[in-house]
Amino acid sequence: MPLLEVDDLHVQLQTQRGPAEAVRGIGFTLERGETLGIVGESGCGKSITVQSLMGLLPSTAQVKGSIRFDGTELVGLSERAMCEIRGNRIGMIFQEPMTALNPVHTIARQVGEPLRLHRGMARADARKEVLALLERVGIPDAASRLDAYPHQFSGGQRQRIGIAMALACGPDLLIADEPTTALDVTIQKQILELIQGLVEERGMALILISHDLGVIAQNVSKMLVMYGGSVVESGPTAAVFAERAHPYTQGLFAARPALGAPRGQKLATIRGSVPDLIDLPSGCPFAGRCRFTIDDCHATRPPPTPMPHGHAVRCIRLGEVIAEGVLE
Amino acid sequence: MSAVPSTVPSAAAFKVPGFWRRALHHRSFVIGGVLTLLLILAAAISLVWTPWSPYEMNMAHKLKPPTAAHWLGTDTFGRDVASLLLVGARASILVGVIAVGIGLVAGTALGLLAAARRGWVEEAIMRFADFSMAFPAILSAIMMTAVFGAGIVNAIIAIGIYNIPTFARITRASANAIWSREYVAAARACGKGGFAITMQHVLPNISAVLIVQSTIRFAIAILAEAALSYLGLGTQPPQPSWGRMLSEAQTMMFQAPLLAVFPGMAIALAVLGLNLLGDGLRDLLDPRLARAR
Repeated sequence: MPLLEVDDLHVQLQTQRGPAEAVRGIGFTLERGETLGIVGESGCGKSITVQSLMGLLPSTAQVKGSIRFDGTELVGLSERAMCEIRGNRIGMIFQEPMTALNPVHTIARQVGEPLRLHRGMARADARKEVLALLERVGIPDAASRLDAYPHQFSGGQRQRIGIAMALACGPDLLIADEPTTALDVTIQKQILELIQGLVEERGMALILISHDLGVIAQNVSKMLVMYGGSVVESGPTAAVFAERAHPYTQGLFAARPALGAPRGQKLATIRGSVPDLIDLPSGCPFAGRCRFTIDDCHATRPPPTPMPHGHAVRCIRLGEVIAEGVLE
Repeated sequence: MSAVPSTVPSAAAFKVPGFWRRALHHRSFVIGGVLTLLLILAAAISLVWTPWSPYEMNMAHKLKPPTAAHWLGTDTFGRDVASLLLVGARASILVGVIAVGIGLVAGTALGLLAAARRGWVEEAIMRFADFSMAFPAILSAIMMTAVFGAGIVNAIIAIGIYNIPTFARITRASANAIWSREYVAAARACGKGGFAITMQHVLPNISAVLIVQSTIRFAIAILAEAALSYLGLGTQPPQPSWGRMLSEAQTMMFQAPLLAVFPGMAIALAVLGLNLLGDGLRDLLDPRLARAR
């Protein structure tokens, strides 16, 4: 049985302007110890997807479909039962280390909170455990800094503390929602190496969200490319990187800055902008921005086309796209 | 400031960097603090000593102007005005503390509940708050005293109830802002329930707002007590109260105008002091201003 099985997940958010289809029928499975990357632009539904796994969506959000975690159906699970899973079986690392820690509580208290909550540990025992965790995530001189407040740490250190907090109860699944976006590049590398090491050491599964293709390439074994609330391309990272079959994925790759490119060279862009989730087209969500668009693209959502190595792409013009890609 | 125990939620507010050092350079905080201390001091001194007994009448010396024996003169019954003012401060503080306490506890609880539960609970609480805010304090106090009888206890309860919706609204608005912070999402991701998040994350982070609001409501409660006593609905004779002193002085406006001036000044200074203190605290406890330093 896979650790996590997401099937035909739909999330509808209530906004001021009406209901928005933030996630439209996505599905994937994750085995124990497996790593999955989700990549896409802002507003494509990456964060909403993982928030629905954690049951952290606003109460007005409607979730349909199935999320099976270790045999338990999470969609429709009571808040009380969900609290048992959060922080205990599933840990989460947040994007903004500067705001993800409460400014009025000490580090020892915040990192120890899940232990006291789920393991029923006494304060002194939790403190010992917190010290071990902080040492593991690489907080220098952790013993003397247990009673320090978040503002006394740097951004990178705070992210390490956030990781310690997510790991406290030894979760089976770690979700990292753009964990390095707010950090500078050298710290980014250290944090990713830390997450990587911990995932291997503890045999956790990892879901890593990023809009940085480099981060995805180095850290996960399989990936989803999301666009307009649906998965447009999925498969093993190596296969997706090698083939880049969907026009949107190609656009993402083309938009990366290249080292050694001549000065003043403009980056490639994808024309148009992300579709409005409130008024999504009925066909392929990328149809309006894609240069391969034909009338059929607007008619229905393309079904996933299987490719070699368990790779799948939702595009009805795949033949033409790949032919052109080969010519390039 | 490091001596403040971290278990007290409101203490968190005073951990704003350099709080006391900046406080001593903040003009309205210092003036407001001194005036508020004077109010408390007056009430405290009256417990152990007053120049004369505030209850003792002396018709031979009635309506005397200020003299060495009677610093602020005597009233229609020959009572010493200075002593009456000192003892009257007790009524003001009593009303302020209890009425603000009622509003703070009940209003904050309702506001926190509204922010934590959202949905229809929030709507119900907030519409109820809107509804009760439509009634002026004096009107609801008059209604209460009409039903339960005039007296200081009923006046305090009426003012306290009037404070509840104000605190509920402020709490809900500030708590909603905290609920949208990432550390609350992080706490939820740790498996914490709504109650734990409210007590550990929301309340400590909105304590500054509540402290400031309390000082302002304290001033309003003192005014409301004076108004109710002036109307004969608050403190009952022979207990001295600034509001009652004003109402008794009213009939003597032309013979002894000073009788109205002294309690009026006491009320004005107490309210001014508490408002300045509140303004000062608002500036000093705002972490954004502290960081911008």
